[in-house]
Amino acid sequence: MSKRTIAVELATPGLDPQGRPARIPLEAGVGPLERYEEGEPDAGEHMLINIGPQHPATHGVLRLVVELDGETVVRVIPHVGYLHSGFEKLGEYRHYNQIIPLTDRTDYLSPMANNVGFALATEKLMGIEITPRCTVLRVIACEMSRIISHMVWLGTTSIDLGAFTPFLWAFQERERIYNLQEMWTGARLTTSVTRVGGMMADVTDDFVAGLRQFVDTYPKTLHEIDRVLTRNAVWVGRTQGVGVMTAQEAINYSLSGPMLRASGVPYDVRRDKPYLDYDSYEFDVPVGEHGDVYDRYLVRLEECHQSNRILRQALERLPDGPLNIADPRLILPPKSRAMSDMEAMIYHFKQVMEGVKAPVGEAYVGIENPKGELGTYLVSDGTAKPVRWRIRPPSFINLAALPKMAEGHLLSDLIAINASVDIVMGEVDR
Amino acid sequence: MNSSAEALRATFGGAIGRAVESCGDTIVYVDRAALLTVMAWLRDTPGQQYDYLVDVTAVEYRDRERPLEVVYNLRSLERRADLRVKVELDLQGELAIDSVVPLWRGADWLEREVYDMFGVTFRGHPDLRRILMWETYAEGYPLRKDFPLRGRFSRAEQVRQALNANPEAHYSMEELSIAEAHDDLPPDMRERLRRGERDKIPNSE
Repeated sequence: MSKRTIAVELATPGLDPQGRPARIPLEAGVGPLERYEEGEPDAGEHMLINIGPQHPATHGVLRLVVELDGETVVRVIPHVGYLHSGFEKLGEYRHYNQIIPLTDRTDYLSPMANNVGFALATEKLMGIEITPRCTVLRVIACEMSRIISHMVWLGTTSIDLGAFTPFLWAFQERERIYNLQEMWTGARLTTSVTRVGGMMADVTDDFVAGLRQFVDTYPKTLHEIDRVLTRNAVWVGRTQGVGVMTAQEAINYSLSGPMLRASGVPYDVRRDKPYLDYDSYEFDVPVGEHGDVYDRYLVRLEECHQSNRILRQALERLPDGPLNIADPRLILPPKSRAMSDMEAMIYHFKQVMEGVKAPVGEAYVGIENPKGELGTYLVSDGTAKPVRWRIRPPSFINLAALPKMAEGHLLSDLIAINASVDIVMGEVDR
Repeated sequence: MNSSAEALRATFGGAIGRAVESCGDTIVYVDRAALLTVMAWLRDTPGQQYDYLVDVTAVEYRDRERPLEVVYNLRSLERRADLRVKVELDLQGELAIDSVVPLWRGADWLEREVYDMFGVTFRGHPDLRRILMWETYAEGYPLRKDFPLRGRFSRAEQVRQALNANPEAHYSMEELSIAEAHDDLPPDMRERLRRGERDKIPNSE
């Protein structure tokens, strides 16, 4: 490796003999810097730089080792695993209901949707039919999650690309949903809201009124964001034609969620393999056509509108009736009954000490999480703890396509492309 | 039961093991040697068109007599149909299987994760390295049933290794050879690279 030498004349007098400030003519080849020949010796020399794991633009503890030719990315090698917590291993030592708090901590930007995904898979494994009120509440949980996750994505991505204001608007909206989540579950982030066969808690009238108010006012913020970004020359210039994935490639790379749809593949789990009661809601699935960062932005922005639409319908139809299924072997009795009624106490004891046994078998449930298809694959050998709990992590699989998307672009585009994947490291590393 | 199971048996005969149904999902067991041909057939045959690889993972049962299973979740986006393909690997035998990366690029990281967590080798994988654990992780494969929850080494040993670890070892072999960084490496590291060694704690012998 040759070292380049730069001749710098020290102690430049600064004044010419007449006592006036010295002037150095700005002409080629006359300055104090040694000129170097075209193509020699620097041409073809690549630079290796390391981004992360502590870097604001990597959205968590992602590390990217980048090989650069000038400013062009020749190769990207992502490194993940800095946040690996062994959730899947832990799950093998826990009862089904005890796993739900772990699901919060995987994709911590949409904890409620993860709770729902796990509960649905367990219920499929055990053959449980949940109540209508629970179904609608879970839809509300999923769509609230989609909104906060997309708001975080929008805010952080706009910051990465130099727009600060939408970040503040987006996080304000997220804060309003967080207040609602706190009202419902007592926690803002670690919600653990579902249980096998029902929910941890029912919503209050205040929650319903609060969500109704949110649904009415939220589109205004979306329109503001749309006005600031969608036709903004800087935004358009930095996102259009960047990180393109064709439909064929997106399928081959197993992309899912907004990443897949931005490439023009109209697959949405809510529409094409409906779970809960999504088949009875009216909503559109936005599909892009160019598969670049800009289309991913448009798809996510439109999904926020559609989530709002679903929330509005869910609030209208929210039925009365029981929240949990009526099976004392699965649902814990109220504390007051467990302390006063012998039978209830026995059921309580058995559930806490032995857990709920699932029949031998296996179940896979994929739900449309904000990041993509969140799959939960459970294998049971008839005991109260799963043999295998596998999370199909959408952002892990989407991130794997980063080298394919970024190579050949500029380094600054790599930041935009990485942001457009919408990763959350808690889920990538699990 | 998904009709693809019947079609597979009609086409490949003995290479297809039992087909079972669990919670409404169809599971087809495929012989290890036939995996790539079966997968290519499932992907490319009109009427099957399982063009989307949802997931690759593995399952080891608590019963030590049962083989380890590598699980492929396939989907046909066109037909909105799902199929689960499993390959059984005997725990006493060689844990190796053909990689499906030539068919689906999306399998790249998924197979790396299965290798990392279960120790299954994928033949023909372009870059089979650990992914969630670090390159020099020496405790084994965390999701195997014989792996204790808190790891194989004691906490003191884990700390000792972390403190003794060579920071250079956190770079992957591939990166160290690019951008001429290779020449600046310590000689023992270059020697290790030359031998293509992995999964060793440097300076621990």
